[in-house]
Amino acid sequence: MKKRWISYPYLLWMIIFIIVPLILVLCFSIFISTDNGLQFSLNNYKRFMEPLYLKVLWRSVVLAGISTIICLILGYPVAMILASKQMSKKSFLLFLCILPMWMNFLLRTYAWMTLLEKNGFINKILSFFGIGPFQLLYNNAAVILGMVYNFIPFMILPIYSVMKKIDPSVIEAAEDLGANQITVFKKIIFPLSLPGVFSGISMVFMPAVTTFVIPRLLGGGQFMLIGNLIERQFLLSGDWNFGSAVSIVMMIIILISMAIISKYDKEHEGGQLW
Amino acid sequence: MVKNIISRIYLFIILLFLYAPIVILMIFSFNDSKSRAKWNGFTLKWYESLFSDPDIKKALYYTIIIAILSSIISTIIGTLAAIGIHNMQKWKKIFIMNVTYLPILNPDIVTGISLMILFIFVNLKLGFTTMLLAHITFNIPYVILSVMPKLKQLNKHLYEAALDLGATPLYAFYKVILPEIMPGVITGALLAFTLSLDDFVISFFNTGSGVTNLSITIYSMARRGVEPTINALSTLMFIVVLILLFIVNKRTSKDTN
Amino acid sequence: MKKFKISAFLLIVMLSISILSGCSQNNEKVLNVYNWGDYIDESVLKGFEDEYGIKVNYDTYATNEDMYIKIKSGGSSYDVIFPSDYMIERMIKENLLQKIDLNNIPNYELIDEQFKNLDYDPNNEYSVPYMWGTVGILYNKTMVDEPVDSWDILWDEKYSGQILMLDSQRDSIGVALKKLGFSLNTRDVNELEQAKQALIEQKPLVLAYVGDEVKDKMIGEEAALAVVWSGDAVACKRENPNLEYVIPKEGSNLWFDAMAIPASAQNKEAAEMFINYLCDTGIAYKNTDYIGYSTPHTKAKEMLDEELLNDIAAYPQPEDISNCEIFYDLGEFITEYDRVWTEIMAQ
Repeated sequence: MKKRWISYPYLLWMIIFIIVPLILVLCFSIFISTDNGLQFSLNNYKRFMEPLYLKVLWRSVVLAGISTIICLILGYPVAMILASKQMSKKSFLLFLCILPMWMNFLLRTYAWMTLLEKNGFINKILSFFGIGPFQLLYNNAAVILGMVYNFIPFMILPIYSVMKKIDPSVIEAAEDLGANQITVFKKIIFPLSLPGVFSGISMVFMPAVTTFVIPRLLGGGQFMLIGNLIERQFLLSGDWNFGSAVSIVMMIIILISMAIISKYDKEHEGGQLW
Repeated sequence: MVKNIISRIYLFIILLFLYAPIVILMIFSFNDSKSRAKWNGFTLKWYESLFSDPDIKKALYYTIIIAILSSIISTIIGTLAAIGIHNMQKWKKIFIMNVTYLPILNPDIVTGISLMILFIFVNLKLGFTTMLLAHITFNIPYVILSVMPKLKQLNKHLYEAALDLGATPLYAFYKVILPEIMPGVITGALLAFTLSLDDFVISFFNTGSGVTNLSITIYSMARRGVEPTINALSTLMFIVVLILLFIVNKRTSKDTN
Repeated sequence: MKKFKISAFLLIVMLSISILSGCSQNNEKVLNVYNWGDYIDESVLKGFEDEYGIKVNYDTYATNEDMYIKIKSGGSSYDVIFPSDYMIERMIKENLLQKIDLNNIPNYELIDEQFKNLDYDPNNEYSVPYMWGTVGILYNKTMVDEPVDSWDILWDEKYSGQILMLDSQRDSIGVALKKLGFSLNTRDVNELEQAKQALIEQKPLVLAYVGDEVKDKMIGEEAALAVVWSGDAVACKRENPNLEYVIPKEGSNLWFDAMAIPASAQNKEAAEMFINYLCDTGIAYKNTDYIGYSTPHTKAKEMLDEELLNDIAAYPQPEDISNCEIFYDLGEFITEYDRVWTEIMAQ
């Protein structure tokens, strides 16, 4: 199948709506307007290289990384169970996994606050048993919980779609040859599901790095994250130049780290930088 | 079977996790107080005010139209793109995939503002069309990422075998390739629809006067407190979708019997 | 491939519907209004449409900055907007607003003289006040036993983990500046540095830096003390009588939301009619009653409940706000504030 031309509509779309805006952002980051017109300057990049801002970026990457791992650990078994042949009503159950995301994000997050607050729902239940109250909100765990909650369907769905078509005869053959269930999983199921896992990781990790509403609402704004920093540059400070520089640096760093993750994608066909 | 029971329990716990906030959200649509911190008693007044609110109706209309259109268009473009990209040489493929990641990776505010500047630059009036274009743009990468793994899984010789047996390329595509990658396509479409429903920042900057969506309405209410009318709307939407789902589920299981 | 055909068909149908619906409203006279969400009694819009035969296109935004970018980019045109004080100043500086002809707004005389000729618009050329208020401390009487009259209480270790600050750089740094006796609008790097130290010192005591959700937090008694806007304080007190609002003696921020006409407005005449309509006594009362914030309208104020008029949160006496300041637009200097805020938050 050598039909490369069928991707041309997308390539055109990509050039207009991704590359051109990207060039725009790049221009913002390297040209600053002075009294004598636009001037080339790398000051914005220099400014971002200060420990203050790098710390913010590092913290965002770590939080997003932890959330991605938890999404994978929790989501993988869900996809596996749904794809297993014993399960009837597969698509119905799969749909149930994504339906909560159709409710507005802000309302969902407010609902989490109602659950986690000091006088919230969970503490009320705990106090019934004579425990608590605990401050469950405003810590790293609450932020991670929020991220996992919002991104887990993006992990479950792609893994499920790959698992669903794993040929059962392959697994049966392995079992016939005396492999136990753990070996079957390690040697057959997991390697075959890797492309789905990789897609899932991309769709969870990348947006999680730049999310800022979750840390603001569930983390109590105590942890400044990179998405928040960028948003503030564009909105409050009106410093689009610096905001653009931060996004460009972040983009490069994340793409590199994605490339490292994709090394594990055995076929080397993911979309890595090298 | 023990394993079966364990998996069912596990699934139940995950669903509980996913639905706990939704239940809370629905309960508060019946709260007589505007604040979610206080239960003032049962009321249906938010449902009443929902039906008399033209703004919410308008926002709902645009939200659904944009979600449907953008998910369909991005699924078509994205699926074709994934197939094309899959067959490219290594370096080209790597380059294009990395560019494809950008809309996922970029903070919404950067995507939103840079697209807005682009639209203004080409003199396209901000409104329905620009909002739709923006939604398609951030949806396509998710479709590509959903279809890609299915293509990797695909037996490379399947298509050639079909051609050898005398199928036209188009026929082979519909009959051989598409059914194989269908789960990925559906996943992509679902994710695209979901993302489009819930987007605020990109929509806000790429819409013009008279065109709005639910997220914009809800976020702009935040300063004064989001009205439980929105909870009421969410509850109704949820129930409608769930009923539809049950009907479809009933019918498909009947068909298979 | 039936499914594909069906979806293609659906696509065409929907596209044509959307194009048709886009065309239908072309001939009418239209006024595009851009306001904060839930910041008007919507029956007022209907009333205006009926009275003047002008269709109102009503859109909403969440923050001043969101609105500013939309107006500045020039991509969409609105006829009436509702910016706050510092934003008006900035938009005047950048020529984004046009002058309002007060001859077309006879109801302008009903606006309290106290709210005219303010620093952000010294000659009343560009804006007509819509709502106003202060920033202060909302506290829970059952959790705080001593009298609250100073910002210092937010630094009291007794209330560790029970203090809510605002997740907004200008407001939170402003609190620290006022506590230290400086101006909210300082451009002195030293003063800013002291404010930063104070906020870093305070950070371990703070439960969270919150935004709009502060109302629910205080009503639900999640914290003892919070920095809030006065309009929200009134609403909170109504829901939970244990709450009380004070304007600290060191002074605070006085804020205004006003009506203005962007330079790019297509329909200035209708915009002025609309502003005048909102300044009509009956209409202003309706809006004040619905929103619950403080009105600058003299006659509408007289129609309010005695109890509300005596509430310091809603209508403070001139001596209560004698130390208060209005935010100025800081121009480029805002990046210093941003930096300070990043340093506090990244701790």
